[in-house]
Amino acid sequence: MAKKTMAIIAAQGSLDWAYPPFILASTAAAMDMEVKIFFTFYGLPLLKPKITAKVTPAANPAMPMKMPFGPKAFQAIDWPIPHAVSGVVPGFDSMATSLMKKQFKNKGVATITELREMCLALGVELIACQMTMDVFGFEEKDFVEGVTFAGAAAFLDFAADADIQLFM
Amino acid sequence: MSHNDEIDCSGMSCPLPVVKSKMKIDTMNPGEVLKIITTDPGSCKDIPAWANRVGHEMIEEAEENGKYYFLVKRGE
Repeated sequence: MAKKTMAIIAAQGSLDWAYPPFILASTAAAMDMEVKIFFTFYGLPLLKPKITAKVTPAANPAMPMKMPFGPKAFQAIDWPIPHAVSGVVPGFDSMATSLMKKQFKNKGVATITELREMCLALGVELIACQMTMDVFGFEEKDFVEGVTFAGAAAFLDFAADADIQLFM
Repeated sequence: MSHNDEIDCSGMSCPLPVVKSKMKIDTMNPGEVLKIITTDPGSCKDIPAWANRVGHEMIEEAEENGKYYFLVKRGE
């Protein structure tokens, strides 16, 4: 049986959107699929050694605001914080980010860095988009070891024959 | 049924049980049996799907005291 292949475009740089490409890629690789992720636009910083992705409640109206500590009933409360508040209060995004990280840790979810390491260990190819690197001023040395570099045509050449193609 | 090796993925969420199981079974020989322990309800469908996709054989699935147990025989 020929190896299944999966091509993902990762174009988002917020913490919540950093998970799906790495989760699906590591899972697919564990299922013996050949996987390539093309990081472009705001996805590029996910290839830096230190990942500083944040989540912004103001830009995510459906995001539940829950506390990852205290009694169960307290943790179940979805705090009705208006975006007029979350969008202007200094440090709100940082607070929401640390709450999300804590919540994910409590639930046994790996960090983005851990998921990325697993992807590399399983042979997932992480491709940095050359054009957006130039636009945003990234250099090859800014990214973790193992990252490759290519343009849209090189990625589409792989994606054209891929069994699964996803844009995130 | 006896097993040759074991991996405890208790407390881990998707995709860790599948990824860790893959890494573990890769160190074993074809025909050997890996016992996988999980607590993530999603793994009930994920572990069999993974095993089926990569050609390992699901020998046994069980649940006991909130834990899930799987016996997977490594394929070729």
